Amino acid sequence: MIEDANPMTCRQFQAQLPELMGSRENFEADRHLQRCTLCRALLTDLETIAEAARQLFPGVEPPDELWSQIESALWNEGKSREPEKNTE
Amino acid sequence: MSNPWHRTHSPDANSGAVSREATRRKRASSLEVASPPPASLSALCETQLLAQAKAGDQLAFAQLYALHKKRIYSLCMRMVGNRTEAEDLTQETFLQLHRRMSTFRGDSSFSTWLHRLAVNVVLMNLRKKGLSLISMDRAMETVDERSLGRSFGSLDLTLSGAIDRLALEHAVDDLPAGYRLAFVLHDIEGYDHQEIASALDCSIGNVKSQLHKARLKLRDVLRALPGQEERG
Repeated sequence: MIEDANPMTCRQFQAQLPELMGSRENFEADRHLQRCTLCRALLTDLETIAEAARQLFPGVEPPDELWSQIESALWNEGKSREPEKNTE
Repeated sequence: MSNPWHRTHSPDANSGAVSREATRRKRASSLEVASPPPASLSALCETQLLAQAKAGDQLAFAQLYALHKKRIYSLCMRMVGNRTEAEDLTQETFLQLHRRMSTFRGDSSFSTWLHRLAVNVVLMNLRKKGLSLISMDRAMETVDERSLGRSFGSLDLTLSGAIDRLALEHAVDDLPAGYRLAFVLHDIEGYDHQEIASALDCSIGNVKSQLHKARLKLRDVLRALPGQEERG
């Protein structure tokens, strides 16, 4: 495992990670990634977090009073402003 | 053209403020209890509702609100991490919608258009509050040594098991604003790097960097939770 923990190699690989993960290319075959347990673990974690984000975060309902506030604001706006003309 | 909100909702000149308020609340209440249409009908209904709302039908506008309030409010909540601000921003989004809906051309779906409108409302608000999105370009030049450094010295633990939803939500709420915006817009809302860079007025590289740092920070927070035992 010592050879996997080469700071420079890991540092260089991880410096490229934002770009690698941002691309749609498969970089699983990257030589450093193949050999380095640390960087593989890091990548797995980051992918897990990104995947979790897509699946979690159910929607939240706003409070009921919000519509009343919006309606009041629209009523007030309507006194001084007409809806824009249709540009379609 | 008269103000549709004024025409239908204008208070009766002979009634008092209490009566006006009661009428307003009753009307609002009746709108709140109306159920959104089934998903299969929603697109068709939405087109019709939008046309009616553009023509000044306030009930149609209220139904558009009912259809989209959850998604827009949730987006605002994630982007700013604060309930009160999210309510204000949701309100502003729907006010903007009312002002601008006649300019919707149908190039994208209405839902997408409204979503982008909400993102812009939130970003505008953040800029007013002094969040310098441009300065993120400089920030990306600096490697987050602390986060990266943790991976070098020893075999680090990997996140074990499923990620706790609440823990992740709290961790996202606690992210610095720039990191949170990149993470929310990309990983949660599904915008691509180019779209986010345009919205934030910064480079694509910057967005990728902010997103990466956000994930690294979330990893640190999640691994520090009880139950995440070290391996190796």
